[in-house]
Amino acid sequence: MTLDKLGVGNSGVITSVGGEGALRLRLLDMGLTPRASVTVVKEAPLGDPIQIKIRGYLLSLLISEAKRIEVEAIE
Amino acid sequence: MIFALAGNQNSGKTTLFNQLTGSNQHTGNFPGLTVDMKEGLISGDKDLTIADLPGIYSLRPYSSEEIITRDYILNNDPDAIIDIVDATNIERNLYLTLQLVEMGRPVVLALNMMDEVRAGGGYIDIKTLSEGLGIPVVPIVASKGEGVSELRRILVKTAKNREKPKIYDFCRPGPVHRCIHAVTHVVEDHAQNAGMSPRFAAMNFIEGNSDIIDKLSVDDNEKELIEHSVKEMEDESGLDRNAAIADMRYSFIEELCSRCVKKPAESPDRKRSEKIDSVLLNKYCALPVFALIMIAIFYLTFNVIGAYLSDLMALGIDWLTMLVDRALTSYGLNPVVKSMVIDGVFSGVGSVLSFIPIIVTLFFFLSMLEDTGYMTRIAFVMDRPLRTIGLSGQSIVPLLIGFGCTVPAAMASRTLGSERDRHMAVFLTPFMSCSAKIPIYTLFTAAFFTKRRFLVMACLYFGGIFVGIIYAILAKRLSGEKNASPFVMEMPNYRMPSAKTTYMLMKQKAMDFIRKAFTIIFMASIVIWFLNTFDSRLNVTEDSASSLLGILGSLLAPFFAPIGLGDWRICASLTAGFAAKEAVVSTLQVLMNGQELSSLFTNEAACSMLAFTLLYTPCVAAVAAIKRELGSTAKTIAVVAGQCAIAYVCAGIVYYAARLF
Repeated sequence: MTLDKLGVGNSGVITSVGGEGALRLRLLDMGLTPRASVTVVKEAPLGDPIQIKIRGYLLSLLISEAKRIEVEAIE
Repeated sequence: MIFALAGNQNSGKTTLFNQLTGSNQHTGNFPGLTVDMKEGLISGDKDLTIADLPGIYSLRPYSSEEIITRDYILNNDPDAIIDIVDATNIERNLYLTLQLVEMGRPVVLALNMMDEVRAGGGYIDIKTLSEGLGIPVVPIVASKGEGVSELRRILVKTAKNREKPKIYDFCRPGPVHRCIHAVTHVVEDHAQNAGMSPRFAAMNFIEGNSDIIDKLSVDDNEKELIEHSVKEMEDESGLDRNAAIADMRYSFIEELCSRCVKKPAESPDRKRSEKIDSVLLNKYCALPVFALIMIAIFYLTFNVIGAYLSDLMALGIDWLTMLVDRALTSYGLNPVVKSMVIDGVFSGVGSVLSFIPIIVTLFFFLSMLEDTGYMTRIAFVMDRPLRTIGLSGQSIVPLLIGFGCTVPAAMASRTLGSERDRHMAVFLTPFMSCSAKIPIYTLFTAAFFTKRRFLVMACLYFGGIFVGIIYAILAKRLSGEKNASPFVMEMPNYRMPSAKTTYMLMKQKAMDFIRKAFTIIFMASIVIWFLNTFDSRLNVTEDSASSLLGILGSLLAPFFAPIGLGDWRICASLTAGFAAKEAVVSTLQVLMNGQELSSLFTNEAACSMLAFTLLYTPCVAAVAAIKRELGSTAKTIAVVAGQCAIAYVCAGIVYYAARLF
């Protein structure tokens, strides 16, 4: 499933990072690499963007950006 | 010796810069505050220069900041690079460190915010980290100055001996390792000819950064060889080149950190941040709380703190003017010269100086929003609403700074993700009423709307925002472009800005303003006094209307008459406002010569005047900043002309609407 579907409070492991160009490089450089674990912390009042925890820090992402990231949910 | 200071956004870079140089440069808690490169001398030593590079997360060139940093290091060849790393967020910060090390220049790692790591019960083995990276590591707490003198000692030593990093190889045996080594082998000679480290050249080749590749005279055969190696790596690792390289770097960091970092359980700062966020980012509270905070800021600035202090200041200035006036009269100074001092300089500069408290108070609150880290939350909360008018959450930063001053606001737009966002932010900042216009509003509300001062102020600020929104929606419709600028933004922990930083900022803003009052406003006051005192044959004239200024104003007057501003004195002061907005007030003050404003303006005309000054052309300094950001004279002229046209139309609407009541 994709990161936007994971839901607030849930964690997962990244399996692949899609997207293209500068956006994709930015995601990779910020530490969203395959095998990294990620938790969805919050969503903005209007549901977009979302806040995630990755490599011990908080990052905000648009839903459209989260859709590019494939994750495997962990219980 | 020259040192380059590089590091992630929000890692305390500017704080360290201030500690090293003792300068009073502004720091912020918003990712990407340093948009211009600054240099400073290390305090107490004239031979040590330090260059503060933009805060970046990676050296891959996808925005101007990364390119500035990379090219500075490549071309200026600093004696050493100081890489500042946020120890509480070490994994992501080390990503840039590895890229800096690959460049093959001496690097010293300044491990910042060690107090927060310790407070959370964490631990970092400095020796293992230093050996693992092959560079010196110095633990520091930049905000408290801890470890800064040790950092300086190590820096000088590293630079003197040109101690290059001892390790370049961050990959474990495997396909990525094989590929990097094969490519390094091919480009080695070319890299050395171009003055680059072979490893850096190889990484750029694999990542496909064409501007670096073009600098290496690699022939087609070699290119084919490299492409073959990269393809092989992609096939064997199952990842494309970009993901494979990022994965290689992060794998190295994970392995290194597992050996030398005991992560803090959950640092007290993080816990506190989460508590604050549970309110400020709450689904239902977030937007109302943001609105309340903004209203409180403006209320405190204009009705409580700033207003009270400004009144005090005005009393003091009046008293001083009276004293000087008496002294000059008893001295028997030539009346024309005395008139220049009292009616020109004192009434002009004085009327503007009394607004310092309001402006400093407003800047204090704006810097608190930024330095505490709340600004990133505003961007997060406001992203969706702003997207409906074609902006993104991050554009809130330049827009809010615009309430302080359009110049830094236009500069702050540089950190935005897409060109369209940057341009939109630059177009919109002039609609955010800047603090230099406060004197105009205060003067008019005091004269015409004593009982509803705050309400009128609020109408002006919201009026500016409202016109800006309409403008943005129209621009979005006209361009018909889908807004797709990225929003990958770090959210730092909340931090209490240090009293010292805040004090320095307020002092700097007050000094900027005083400097402006005694330069631009001083000159403008004298010029206006001159134009107002002499007629076209340079004789002293008693009747202002026949003065040079009177003639100039009369030329413009017919044009402004339809919106109720047809008096030559109003036109003259509006013209002076192009130099600086405060000059509108100082000019009016000089021209009124002690008369009441109500003798010049009807209530409706006062409304029209307020609307016009709210929206018309930004001052010279702001226009210059806008031109720099847009990089186009034609677009800048369009902005100025557009603002004037919008101001004229809106003032007209306000004028005729006011006359209906």
